[in-house]
Amino acid sequence: METILETKNLRVEFKAQHSRGARKVAVDNLNLKVGAGEVFGFLGPNGAGKTTTMNVLLGFVNATGGDAFLFGVNVREPIARQRIGYLPELTYYYKFLTAEELLRFYARIFKVPRAEVDQRIDQLLKLVELEHARKRPIKTYSKGMQQRVGLAQALINNPDLLILDEPTSGLDPLGRMKVREIIQRLKSEGKTVFFSSHELGEVETVCDRVAIINQGELKVEGRVDALLDQYHSNLEQIFLKIIGYQPQLAAL
Amino acid sequence: MNIVFALAGVVMKEMYRRKDFYVLFVLTAVMTLMMASVNFFHDAKVVRIIKDVCLLLIWLSALVIAVTMTARQIPAERENRTIFPLLAKPVSRVQVVLGKFAGCWFACGLALLVFYLFFILISGTRENYWPMLQFFKAIWLQWTMLGVVVSLVLLGSVVFAAPSSNATICFVVIAGVLLLGRHLNHLAVQQAEPLRTVVYALYFMVPHLEWFDVRDFVVNDRPLPGLVDCGLATCYAALYSAVLLFATWLVFRRKALNQ
Repeated sequence: METILETKNLRVEFKAQHSRGARKVAVDNLNLKVGAGEVFGFLGPNGAGKTTTMNVLLGFVNATGGDAFLFGVNVREPIARQRIGYLPELTYYYKFLTAEELLRFYARIFKVPRAEVDQRIDQLLKLVELEHARKRPIKTYSKGMQQRVGLAQALINNPDLLILDEPTSGLDPLGRMKVREIIQRLKSEGKTVFFSSHELGEVETVCDRVAIINQGELKVEGRVDALLDQYHSNLEQIFLKIIGYQPQLAAL
Repeated sequence: MNIVFALAGVVMKEMYRRKDFYVLFVLTAVMTLMMASVNFFHDAKVVRIIKDVCLLLIWLSALVIAVTMTARQIPAERENRTIFPLLAKPVSRVQVVLGKFAGCWFACGLALLVFYLFFILISGTRENYWPMLQFFKAIWLQWTMLGVVVSLVLLGSVVFAAPSSNATICFVVIAGVLLLGRHLNHLAVQQAEPLRTVVYALYFMVPHLEWFDVRDFVVNDRPLPGLVDCGLATCYAALYSAVLLFATWLVFRRKALNQ
């Protein structure tokens, strides 16, 4: 199976806030491999290093040590991101543009052939049910509508790898269902999906494999069904056990 | 280049969807038309005063548009976090810098065209004289000068955290260069060493934006510098813009963009 996403001994350090000269290790010696066509859940409590790892993969942050690759190309090269789609946790788009203009702008960045652009925009706006609002500025959209524009922009280049940072965060049940459907559809088309989420029930439903990290270190990586068999429990219980959650302390 | 032009397109859309440009244009138009309707001191040459004031307003408006628009570009991308979906695409930071520069510069050019169209109409209808080559040279020189201004402000926008502080500092620097730049060498002669060398160095280092100010020629219908001189001035501005943009990229490429 072709490796789509890979990290090799990835290490990310930051200057610790409020302590002069001290360094905080956000990600430590992380080794991950995601194959073509897999839906991979990247899990961990808040502050575990998930977003930092994603930031390295997306080229926002340079790794202190080790390397990360997308489609075999080092993430330091912008071309590594030619075949990916990214949906951030919150919507960050040019609010003065309309949905159609935003999609056209991103299509131009991906050098989508002109003949295909209109057709692709129509398809995506239909998919995310925003056809009626395509000419309205994004600033007039509700939160759910903005999240759907985000999903459409993540798919504009027909990506082979989709990186989703908590894609269902802040969405209503209908919106969550829609995102889940889209992930399932992409999976059936043979696309690779790498996503972080705190919705462990959802992860259990859609993911082939998961990795759990805590305090920057990889704790577990494996197939979801194998983990469920091994621990005789659901993913939420496995997650809590792995990160060392102790219910008796929480009760106090 | 496709990515740079795509980014520039977004900047231009932002300009014509904001009110700043329209407010400045209406202010310039109203003030000029008000002056044109009054015959000051029964002076037959009042049209020169009108032209002078109108050109001054165009210069000020163009500088305000260039500085305020450029100052907010990269900080707004970071503050609104639009930089993240953008850099998650095959876009490098150098392309972001070049796209922002191109967008702001083209937008300034568009604004200048609208302002000068108004100026040409006012001046032409009053004087029955249409020296189009003169006007073209004046617009071109001002536009190339704005290229240096945009690059300078873009550099400031990656150095200073707040767009307002960047805009204020840039306004002071630009006003200083425009008003004092040409006198620095005379000032240097009057100083003792080592201050003389410092002032001389400053004289040769600062971009002499005042060289692009040809309002006096236009107002008094004196022939503007020839095409060769305009070409040399363009090269001079291009060199400064390139150096400033390179410095911007050097700072921006190391800038952490933590979410």
